[in-house]
Amino acid sequence: MTHAEYAVAARPVAVEPAPRADDPPVPGPDLVALPTGQAPAADQRRLGIPHGIERLLGVVVVLSGWALATGVGWISTKTLPRPGTVAVVAVDLWNDGTLQAALWASIQRVGWGLAIGVPIGTALALVVGLSRLGDDLIDTNISALRFVPIIALQPLLVVWLGVGETVKITMIVLGVAFPIYINTTTAIKSLDPGYRELADVVGLSKGQLIGRVVLPGALPGFLVGLRMSVAISWLLLVFAETINATSGLGKMMSDASLFAKTDVLILGLIIYAVLGLATDAGVRLLERRLLSWQPGR
Amino acid sequence: MTAAPAVSIRGVSRTFGEREVLRGLDLDLRPGEFVALLGRSGSGKSTLRPSRATNSPGRRSVVFQDPRLLPWASILDNVVLGLDGTRRGSTAAGREALDEVGLGGHEGDWPKTLSGGEAQRASLARALVRSPKLLLLDEPFGALDALTRIRMHALVQQLHARHQPAVLLVTHDVDEAVVLADRVLVLTDGRFSLDVPVDAASPRLRSDPEIIALRSRLLAELGVDEAAEGAHRPVPTT
Repeated sequence: MTHAEYAVAARPVAVEPAPRADDPPVPGPDLVALPTGQAPAADQRRLGIPHGIERLLGVVVVLSGWALATGVGWISTKTLPRPGTVAVVAVDLWNDGTLQAALWASIQRVGWGLAIGVPIGTALALVVGLSRLGDDLIDTNISALRFVPIIALQPLLVVWLGVGETVKITMIVLGVAFPIYINTTTAIKSLDPGYRELADVVGLSKGQLIGRVVLPGALPGFLVGLRMSVAISWLLLVFAETINATSGLGKMMSDASLFAKTDVLILGLIIYAVLGLATDAGVRLLERRLLSWQPGR
Repeated sequence: MTAAPAVSIRGVSRTFGEREVLRGLDLDLRPGEFVALLGRSGSGKSTLRPSRATNSPGRRSVVFQDPRLLPWASILDNVVLGLDGTRRGSTAAGREALDEVGLGGHEGDWPKTLSGGEAQRASLARALVRSPKLLLLDEPFGALDALTRIRMHALVQQLHARHQPAVLLVTHDVDEAVVLADRVLVLTDGRFSLDVPVDAASPRLRSDPEIIALRSRLLAELGVDEAAEGAHRPVPTT
């Protein structure tokens, strides 16, 4: 069975019957195909199994390759532990409670960072987006600050705030607030001025203007910012926890690094990936829910 | 025995750079009067619309050229946007207004799912639900196709007859003006160069000789020579 036939069998409705050998010959030279201006469609072939499972297949292939390479001995298990070893370490750490404690400490930091950073970014965006004075006073400062890497602020923050929880959460707050601020401000400023005129005509108060027009209108931009913020919050968490921490995933990993426990290190990386993917999926779910008014959703 | 005007526009002047678009304009509308304001592009007709230029006792509603519905709010929420009173009261009024414009059953729909004509009808419902003394129609049918436009004309006539607001229709479409209005004003170089009542019987037919004569007169006033441009053919006045 060729690939083409396979695709036809899998999606009988969408695909036209394949040309047969006794079909009339292709049109003569007097028929010229007009350029359609469209790029050739991407290869739509699927394996005929549910989409979610097909996506997981890629992960399975990578895991098998990993198992094979370490199992046969192409890669030393000191360099890269076997998948089974990592799984065993995960279960061990879970059973003695280390993993839960580390996870909880890390999730709390990210949670606080988002809970404080998102409202700050949104409030600043509203002030800048709605008032000329706010725009002039605040926007230039933030635009300049934007080019300072948050990580470069860490030494100063440590001097100001010490090495406790405050400094870690502050870094995440700063990292989270910027994308929210920038994307929400842009969205507010690019709102159709006609909506303001409408609000004026139907007599909306300032509060109603913000609640009924500005915030919902800026929501698509805000959510783009939120998605970036969530990614940045994990990044800064790793950084903050690896430098100095008494708890959390980063602490677990920097301890493991001292004793060259590669299995714990790999486990930490996998957990970061899963947490990042999960929160990103959460924001995308939120987008689908909140932006259902957009055509094509 | 003139009735108190529903709206008075007094001494409006407006300049854009060097150019004086409006100079010292006075305009009174009687309650329930349907006035059409015609003008060439750039004659200043749109600048007559701003809220601060009009001094009208009572409520005023506007239908813009685009439907201007908030895409993130349902049709019903768009119609009752900014309406005073209880949630239940405004919901009932909003449903009624949507029924009147023929959009009953679309209350929960998103604006982007409506056609151009439907969206403009929703925008009419939003204007009507406020029971305005003055209804400003700012080239509201310009973006619609010809057939939809004719249906909208009928709907506007029907709604005007039922609710009796004073209407100021800003348009560049002479046919629209003579079919709908009780009085037609032509704005030229910032002044009203013509102010004619339309007395033709209702329902008005485009083939009525009186309407045809008035149409020619208005076109001439707007600087369109029908004979030169092909007589007996509707001439776009943009």
